Amino acid sequence: MERTQLLSVGIDIGTSTSQLVFSRLTVENKAGYFSVPSVSIIRKEVFYQSPIYRTPLLDQTRIDGEALEKILDQEYKVAGIAPGQVETGAVIITGESARKENAGMILERMSRFAGDFVVSTAGPDLEAVIAGQGSGAWQFSERQGTTVINLDIGGGTTNVVLFDRGRVRAKGSVDIGGRQVRIDKDGFLSCLSPSASRIGKECGLKMEEGERISQKMLEQLCDGMCRILEELVGARKPSALLEAVRTAGSTPFCLPEDCHVKYLCFSGGVADCMGRRQSELFPYGDIGVLLAEAIQRSRLFRDFSIISADQTIRATVIGAGSHTTSISGSTISYAEKLLPLKNMPVLKLSPEEEELCWQGDFKNLRKKAAWFLAQNDTAGIALAIRGRYDPGYQEMKSFAKALAMGLDPILEPGIPLLFIIEADMAKALGQLLRRELAGRRLVLAVDEIRTEPNDFVDFGRPVMNGLVVPVVVKTLIFG
Amino acid sequence: MFQPWEIEQIADRIFDQIKGGSQTSERLEQMLEKTTARIGVGRAGPRLKTQTLLKLRADHAAARDAVFLDVRQNLIKELGLLPVMTCCKDKNTFLTRPDLGRDFNDETKKYLKENCILHPDIQLIVSDGLSSLAIEANAAAILPIVIEGLEEKGLTIGTPIFVKYGRVGAQDRISELLDAQVVCTFIGERPGLATAESMSAYITYRAATGMPEARRTVVSNIHKHGVPAVEAGAYIVDLLAMILEQKASGVELKK
Repeated sequence: MERTQLLSVGIDIGTSTSQLVFSRLTVENKAGYFSVPSVSIIRKEVFYQSPIYRTPLLDQTRIDGEALEKILDQEYKVAGIAPGQVETGAVIITGESARKENAGMILERMSRFAGDFVVSTAGPDLEAVIAGQGSGAWQFSERQGTTVINLDIGGGTTNVVLFDRGRVRAKGSVDIGGRQVRIDKDGFLSCLSPSASRIGKECGLKMEEGERISQKMLEQLCDGMCRILEELVGARKPSALLEAVRTAGSTPFCLPEDCHVKYLCFSGGVADCMGRRQSELFPYGDIGVLLAEAIQRSRLFRDFSIISADQTIRATVIGAGSHTTSISGSTISYAEKLLPLKNMPVLKLSPEEEELCWQGDFKNLRKKAAWFLAQNDTAGIALAIRGRYDPGYQEMKSFAKALAMGLDPILEPGIPLLFIIEADMAKALGQLLRRELAGRRLVLAVDEIRTEPNDFVDFGRPVMNGLVVPVVVKTLIFG
Repeated sequence: MFQPWEIEQIADRIFDQIKGGSQTSERLEQMLEKTTARIGVGRAGPRLKTQTLLKLRADHAAARDAVFLDVRQNLIKELGLLPVMTCCKDKNTFLTRPDLGRDFNDETKKYLKENCILHPDIQLIVSDGLSSLAIEANAAAILPIVIEGLEEKGLTIGTPIFVKYGRVGAQDRISELLDAQVVCTFIGERPGLATAESMSAYITYRAATGMPEARRTVVSNIHKHGVPAVEAGAYIVDLLAMILEQKASGVELKK
C-alpha cells in the first residue's frame, strides 16, 4: 500500500500558556489496486510534547516575542527537529492573546520555525473547532453518531463548538476564562477584565481592582459565569449578557433547532483543574480553580452527560498540530509551479448563484467576484462550490465556460483560477477550464474539501508523487 | 383484517421500541450514509418486508437486463463509434464461450484494418461486456473528456471502436491489428445488486494475444455512486499518458 508521512507542528500561544507539539500524519492510498486512488490521512500520532510554558508577556497588551522565540528554539533542539523538516501544521495565537497589540508581528516572527507550509493563524471560531478535535469530542460524535458540545475553557476565552455526527454545526466564543480575574498572593484583586466586571455587576457584586476580595464573592462570580455557559449550551434561556460577553470577532453560537445536545466535553486549562483536589485555591493567581469547581456544581454537569476529554490543556495545541491539515481529493488538477499558495480568500457561492453558472450564466458570478475582489483587497480568489455528483460532459463543459467567462476578464493577468469543490469533479473541471482559458491562466482545482464563507485557504506542495495536495482551511489571517 | 403494510407498520413500531426509539434511527441513518448495503430494513416475522423484497427483485431484474439488453444503435452512432462484432453470434454464445468474445472473424479483421487509423498512440474501445446499461449510463460522459484530454497532451487517437459481445481480451486482437501503442477499453462490469451501471476501463501497453492478464491496468467502479464518469475520464487521461511514457501497464507500471 502506498503511504507517506508528513511532519506536522502545532504551536499554541494562549492567554496564559504556550505549548508546542510535533506529530506525524500518515497519508495512505486506501483504494485498491484496481480503482481510482483514494488518499486520506489515516493516522495522526503526536510524538513530542513540550512542557506547558507561561506565555511570556512584556506587559498587559504585548507578547514578549524574544522570550517566546527562545522557548521555541529550545524545544526544537530537544525534539531534534530542524525547522526545515516541518512540512505542515499551524502556529496559532489563541484566546485573548490574539487581540494583543503585537500578535500579528509575533506570528510573523514565529514563521521561521515553520517549514514551507505552516499556517499562522488566529481566530476564535477556528480555535473552537481545533480544540474540539484535539479534545476528542469530534471523534466521539463521529463514532457514536451523536451530538457533543466541546467547551474549551482557557485563560481568556471559552471556545465552544457543536459536533453533530462528526460535522461542525455551530461554533463561537465567549470571554469567560480562568484569567479574567487575577488575585495577587495577598488576596487582593489585581486585575478584572471588562467581561468579568460586567458579569460581576449582574450578580450584584461590588468589585474593584486593588481591593481585597473574598472567596465567597469570587465563587458567586464564577456561578454567574456558569449561568452564561448554561445559556450558551441551551440549558437556560439566553440573556442579554450572553451577547455582551461574546468574543470580538467570533460568530454567535447558535444551536440548530433540529439538534438535541446530549453530551458535553470540557477541555482547556480550566478543565485541567476539574476533578482534582486542589491544595491551593489560587495556584495560578487567578480564578481557574474556582471556575472549575463552579462548573462541576452547575447545571452543565447535571443536565448533560459529560464525556472525559482525551486532552484538556493540550487540546488546542494537539488540534493545531494534528487536525488543521486535510488532504485534497485524489483526482485533482493543478499546475506544479503554483504551489505552495498561501492565504487565498474563499468566495463561496450560494446554491442559487452556483445554479446560474450551471445554466451558463456568468454575469452574476462576474459581478459577485468583482465585488469580492474590491472588498478583500486581494488579487486572487479561491472559488468554493458544491459541484454536482455525476455530471454529464456537456453539463460540465458549459459550467466550466461560465466559470471562465465570469472570472477571467476581471482578474489581473497572471492570476490563477482556484477552485475548491465539495463533489468529486475537480480533475475534469480543471481539464475543461484549461481548454477554455487556452493557456491564459493556470488552474488549480481540488475537491472533497469543505469551506465556509470568509475562510482562507493554504495549498501545500503536492505529496504522494503528486497525487494529493495538503490543504489548510482557516478563518482569520494577520497582515 | 389487517393489510400487509399495516402489519409492517406495527412491526416497525415494536422494532423501534425494542431498540430504544429515536437513538436507533439516528445511528442507523449515519450507517446508511456510509453503505449501499441493505441494512436496517427490518423484517416482518421471519421474512423480508414487502418493500424490501420488491426492491431486491427489481434490482435483480435490472442486473439481468443489464446483461441481456443490447447497447442502443443510436448511442453508438451519436458517439461516432465504428461498430464491429466478435465471433459470438448471439448473447447466449457470448455468455457461454468467453474465448469467442475475444476474437474476430477474418472479414471483421480486414474491415478494421481498412477503416481505422493505424499506429495510433491511444486506441479507444467501447464494449458491452456484461452490462449494456453501464455503457448507456457512462460512455457519453467519459469519451469526450478523454478525447479532449488526449488532444491537449498532443497524443494521436485511433478510430474509436464499439465491440458488440466483447470480452476484455478483444483489445489484444485490435491492438495487434492496428498497431496501437496503448489500448483502452471501456467495458460494462458484471452487474451486482448495488448497481447495474458500473463500468471499468482496461488499459494495456502493447497488448498482445496470449499475454498475461497482469499486464492490464484497471480502473473500476465508474458509475454515479462510485467514481463519476467525467472525473474518471480526466483521471484516465493522465494514466494513459503515464503508461505511454513508462511503456508499461499493469503490475509493471510504477504509479
